Amino acid sequence: MARKLLLEHINVPGINTLEVYRQKGGYRAVEKALKTLTPDEVVEEVKKSGLRGRGGAGFPTGMKWSFLAKPEGVARYLVCNADESEPGTFKDRYLMTHIPHALIEGMIVASFALGAKTSYIYVRGEMMPQIRILEKAIAEAKAAGFLGKNILGTGYDLELYVQPGGGAYICGEETALLESLEGKRGNPRIKPPFPAIAGLYGCPTVVNNVESIAAVVPIINDGGDEYAKIGIGRSTGTKLISASGNLVKPGVYEIELGLPVEEFIYSDEYCGGIANGKRLKATVAGGSSVPILPANLTLKLANGDPRLMSYESLSEGGFATGTMLGSGGFIAYDEDQCIVRNTWNFSRFYHHESCGQCSPCREGTGWLEKILHRLEHGQGKMSDIDLLWDVQRKIEGNTICPLGDAASWPVASAIRHFREEFEWHVKEPIKSQTSNYGLANYAVPIEKEEVKQENL
Amino acid sequence: MLKVEEQQPVTFSSALVASFDEIVNRYPAGKQKSALLPILHLVQAEFGWTSVPAMDKVAEYLQIEPIEVYEVASFYTMYFLQPKGKYVLEVCRTGPCCLVGAEKIMNHIENKLGVKEGEVTPDGLFSWRGVECLAACGFAPVLQIGPEYTFYENLTEESVDKLIDDLKNKQI
Repeated sequence: MARKLLLEHINVPGINTLEVYRQKGGYRAVEKALKTLTPDEVVEEVKKSGLRGRGGAGFPTGMKWSFLAKPEGVARYLVCNADESEPGTFKDRYLMTHIPHALIEGMIVASFALGAKTSYIYVRGEMMPQIRILEKAIAEAKAAGFLGKNILGTGYDLELYVQPGGGAYICGEETALLESLEGKRGNPRIKPPFPAIAGLYGCPTVVNNVESIAAVVPIINDGGDEYAKIGIGRSTGTKLISASGNLVKPGVYEIELGLPVEEFIYSDEYCGGIANGKRLKATVAGGSSVPILPANLTLKLANGDPRLMSYESLSEGGFATGTMLGSGGFIAYDEDQCIVRNTWNFSRFYHHESCGQCSPCREGTGWLEKILHRLEHGQGKMSDIDLLWDVQRKIEGNTICPLGDAASWPVASAIRHFREEFEWHVKEPIKSQTSNYGLANYAVPIEKEEVKQENL
Repeated sequence: MLKVEEQQPVTFSSALVASFDEIVNRYPAGKQKSALLPILHLVQAEFGWTSVPAMDKVAEYLQIEPIEVYEVASFYTMYFLQPKGKYVLEVCRTGPCCLVGAEKIMNHIENKLGVKEGEVTPDGLFSWRGVECLAACGFAPVLQIGPEYTFYENLTEESVDKLIDDLKNKQI
């Protein structure tokens, strides 16, 4: 069995309460950090751990913390990004529902490291049950002296609040989140200045994902060096993977980074294979924004080596043959799923969620949706496929925030790997309404490259 | 669209205002506008939707301009700018849910309730709509019902029938 740092006690009855959480060793990290370490030493441990942001971008958390400006007499803030909305991703909801104190404990340690006296957990508004759970956990922690004035007699004060969002994917982008937390529309800000310099209320601010903050707890308990021993290369530690789609056992799994993708999909310890005895056609490995890959490139790299669940292995080959770990939202498609329909569905999502600030995204996402809608519904032309390519190219990189890129990549990768399926929708407008293109050659195994003797 | 015609002025109970006060205390002095989103949720829970007179009262309470409230309420999808049914069934319509039958569930709800997306049943009890990813893809298909956003997972046509019947008979 793989090591579990976040979900080890997930099945312990009452683990959502402070009492049971403490029986299982909870709040040791708060005691250790506040009583025996300086804030800078906590930052140093997180740096040593190699922890990379679990929200999607994978930026080293310790480095992000060390960028925080610390001008005298100016408040600093830690804001937790619990606006989990990336299609395919539901790990943060799971963690907050079942082990809310892991997030609260991480928030206390991280706030101490950053010198924040007030911290906020920004939870998407639809997660009202989780908001209630967190509020209850905060009240428990406060009653036990882990929050409020003079925590554990160390002189450190911290207030922690939960802030509900209003239903907007864009608020998962950190500057849009800060705008929203200030009571405004969620329009991303132009950077620089980065939040580390001017974030919430213009003050230095760190925004971290739920899972990143929860991971700080085992890092402080066991030390950054111990954490860094888990995983592979620059992908250290464990990662929560949200598995969905046509799988025997969809759900949230904690993996050690470096697990082979094939093992994750097919072993009984994880997803248990493809549901209903069908075959795998494609996967989206890191949430809807990352490139979709056909089954063969999901399981193997272009050179035939096994692909692993890690930041590096999943992006091996760039966008030509690779994808990204992203937020760890792993969606599996069986042989009966239609890639054109799925791409249209995702484009509709991005069109709906574009904040409207930048023209390429506001207009372009609508065009993508419209063109994909007609292709999916048997009214597309062959030139529409090139038009889609052209539109997505003109969105990518031309917007203030990454939503534009996120809208472009699923379309680009679908055309890159599944062009014949798009063409089939044009050639067979009637048939494509009642049947699917099927598996085609998307699962044909990639052979290991022969090492050519003459090149040696 | 903001619905402005024929709206009665609203009054906020002292209990509601007290909960507003509690929220405002979470932010530094002068940053009370941060309370806007949470307060709008409370207003919607109280009145069933976010009307213009209610938003005007919120603006007055937070000492901000009414337009600052309107632009927020119309940006975020959770605030209803039109009256809805007592129970609004919000079904996730994004990718992973569609892989396991969300579209079928939406068609079934439409037939069962006899109203189109966004409309209200004649008895005023139900509305439904498709919403974007609810972050529950592993338990798909899913729907939620406000104001507490209770979740119903792994939906089937039968479980949806039972849910609607139970709501009608107030078993929930």
